Amino acid sequence: MSGTISLKKGYNIPLKGKAEKKIAGECNPIRFGVKPVDFPGLIPKMEVKPGEKIKAGTPLFHDKNRPAIKFTSPVSGTVISVERGERRRILEVVIEKSGNAYVNFGKNDPASLSRGKIIEKLLLSGLWPAVRQRPYHVIANPEDNPKSIFIAGFDTSPLAPDYDFIMDNLPAEIFQTGISAISKLTGGKVNLVLEKKASKTPGKYNFNGVEVSYFSGPHPAGNVGIHIHHLDPVNKGEAVWFVNFQDVIAIGNLFAEGIYKPERVIALTGSEVSNPQYYKGLSGCSIAPIIRDNIMSWNLRYISGNVLTGTKINADGYLGYYDSQVTVIPEGDKYEFFGWVLPGADKLSFSRTFLSSFIPKKSFSPDTNFHGGKRAFVLTGQYEKVLPMDIYPMHLLKAIISGDIDLMENLGIYEVAEEDFALCEFICPSKIEIQSIIRNGLDLMIKEMS
Amino acid sequence: MDSLRKKLDKIKPHFEEGGKLSKLRSVFEGFEAFMFVSNKVTVKGSHIRDNIDLKRTMTVVIIALLPALLFGSYNTGLQHFRSVGTDPSILQAFWFGFLRILPLIIVSYVVGLGIEFIAAQIRGHEINEGFLVTGLLIPLIMPVDVPLWMLALGTAFAVILGKEVFGGTGMNVFNPALLARAFVFFSYPGWMTGDNVWTEGLMKGQNIIDGFSGATPLSMGASGDFAGLPSFMNMFIGTIPGSVGETSTIAILIGAFILIVTGMGSWKIIVSVFGGGLLMGLLLNAIAANPYMEIPFYYHFAMGGFAFGAVFMATDPVTASQTEKGKWIYGLLIGILSVLFRVLNPAYPEGVMLAILLMNMFSPLIDHFVIQSNIKRRLRRAVLAV
Repeated sequence: MSGTISLKKGYNIPLKGKAEKKIAGECNPIRFGVKPVDFPGLIPKMEVKPGEKIKAGTPLFHDKNRPAIKFTSPVSGTVISVERGERRRILEVVIEKSGNAYVNFGKNDPASLSRGKIIEKLLLSGLWPAVRQRPYHVIANPEDNPKSIFIAGFDTSPLAPDYDFIMDNLPAEIFQTGISAISKLTGGKVNLVLEKKASKTPGKYNFNGVEVSYFSGPHPAGNVGIHIHHLDPVNKGEAVWFVNFQDVIAIGNLFAEGIYKPERVIALTGSEVSNPQYYKGLSGCSIAPIIRDNIMSWNLRYISGNVLTGTKINADGYLGYYDSQVTVIPEGDKYEFFGWVLPGADKLSFSRTFLSSFIPKKSFSPDTNFHGGKRAFVLTGQYEKVLPMDIYPMHLLKAIISGDIDLMENLGIYEVAEEDFALCEFICPSKIEIQSIIRNGLDLMIKEMS
Repeated sequence: MDSLRKKLDKIKPHFEEGGKLSKLRSVFEGFEAFMFVSNKVTVKGSHIRDNIDLKRTMTVVIIALLPALLFGSYNTGLQHFRSVGTDPSILQAFWFGFLRILPLIIVSYVVGLGIEFIAAQIRGHEINEGFLVTGLLIPLIMPVDVPLWMLALGTAFAVILGKEVFGGTGMNVFNPALLARAFVFFSYPGWMTGDNVWTEGLMKGQNIIDGFSGATPLSMGASGDFAGLPSFMNMFIGTIPGSVGETSTIAILIGAFILIVTGMGSWKIIVSVFGGGLLMGLLLNAIAANPYMEIPFYYHFAMGGFAFGAVFMATDPVTASQTEKGKWIYGLLIGILSVLFRVLNPAYPEGVMLAILLMNMFSPLIDHFVIQSNIKRRLRRAVLAV
């Protein structure tokens, strides 16, 4: 039985710079980077030193608390450097690509393997981090037994890649191999959530072994957390796992080819990109080759991911582990004279307090300006408009701020992640850093529960 | 504007920590933020932010208050000229009233913002915008002849004991503007009630012509003078004695329209306050044990501060219910209690102020029950899943 759920709450931020549905070429840089900071709560322990020769699939570092979880190199070559930040925290491990050598993990038909063998193979190859869990929105604990697994088959975030287009450019049979591996991980269902549209293009996928559900509505209707909340909500003591669509293909490749090859179709988007298009590449690739000669101005913000949840990177920075989108927008580090009092025909706002809400307008190219100062919670009923969950966002946030574990549990901390609250943060008139608060709450729960 | 910006950048270091004017940091920052939206950019979390901030929010509410303020100015003049028996032009009446109201506004802002600046300096915070609205609300809910020192005292009481002791904007339990009014009301009842306080000049012993009564519809109702009650239309338009901004239902409804269209005031609260008043009015009509109970229920909407309270006071997001379901209950009870207090409590002709302050106190309780039902739903789901 497949369900259809239409959501009303949410907001599609009308941004300029959607990627044209065309593969413009390959993102084929010399340098690649693997970033421990992509994984919340991870304490990395290095396994290689600068100068070491490695293959694609060689472990670079592992999780200090769960040493079985390895993070491997997407390409073969040489480790160039280990960049560290404050308090010697490891920010990125940089690899210079050379050759095409792969660590051989062996070809198998996942159907013939036991659950334990599949987990072992995912852990060794560096694909385990692709399997994440709710609660907490972190890398799944291999010892858990999830009640179900979710795969989001569309993305509603600002300027997000079009999954229909991506799926057309991915091998359907490899996806099926990935699914048969993933379905061994749970006793429950593997749920694939697709966008409900008036006309569905008959794809090359037949989605065997998955339960297909349909969702419709504005962002965040494509967030996996929203799907889980409506289809199989996480209660205390339970776990639901989820995997990105493109990672299912990478998992399929691991079993079909025996290699770690985290391929991505990457959408290059944003108002400052001359030709926003799609590129083929690998997780961790430097964005330098696709950015070069393809931007329109200076003083820009480069983001791995989307404008709501992505990570700030340099113009030659690396695509994040979970990302398949790069966004380039203008920086906003300038003063605006009486900016808050002008009618604002060209000012982007979810509220209807600017003239722009009353003239039919196209799309906006907002910059990174904060647009105000931090305040206490004042307006009420705003976050609810962009959070399609049966959760009281402001009260949950206040419970987190006051560190009240019982109340956080009661108000639904197990079901949320910062990405679900990203729109609340965007629209907040008090400029509260909501995603950070949510992550602090999740970290606090992890600490309390361990 | 570049030259102004350069000047600001030049003097800015003096106001920062260790600078010779660091005691005026909050004042400098307040004015800087007033003139220029800061150049601060996003660091973590969402890379783009909505253009709305609290300054914009408060500006919208002030714009919504303007019709009531403009009509209040006109009506203050009109009532004055009526009391001395002359027939002013619209402009004459407006200008007269405006000059009488202006000192109230100035005193309210100077006292309130002064305290806010000091509080921000002590706490090391930025100046909060909440008082921009409160400072205009306070003069609008006072009789025009209230002495300025009383107004100053009431404002200081509301800002210090009503707001800053709880932690400033966003933390207060009671609506600060209503608290200022309640303070003056209970401390100096002679200046807040009776038939003489509502018309400019009467308290100063100015002669009035025969036949002029400064009584408000509410005090007529309380004293049983139903023959003297103005027509509904006059009350709706607002050419009646009363607090500065409360008389014109139509000007207030324009404000309500602005609040609802921009989404800055909760339509649920506005509708449910009127709904509560309607229910109670109909109930009293049905009982009809005395003449006050018999006045048509819709009269209550146009009399006294009912509409003003529903649109501008009950909707204060900080002191109202914070859950959407709670807002319905909160508003409904304000409407019911306002009319109930008016008609059945002989001590005070007006019930809106006390009804809202009372419900301010109970709004966390309403939210508590709404949230408990959400928690129970979640727990039940967990039990079912096992």
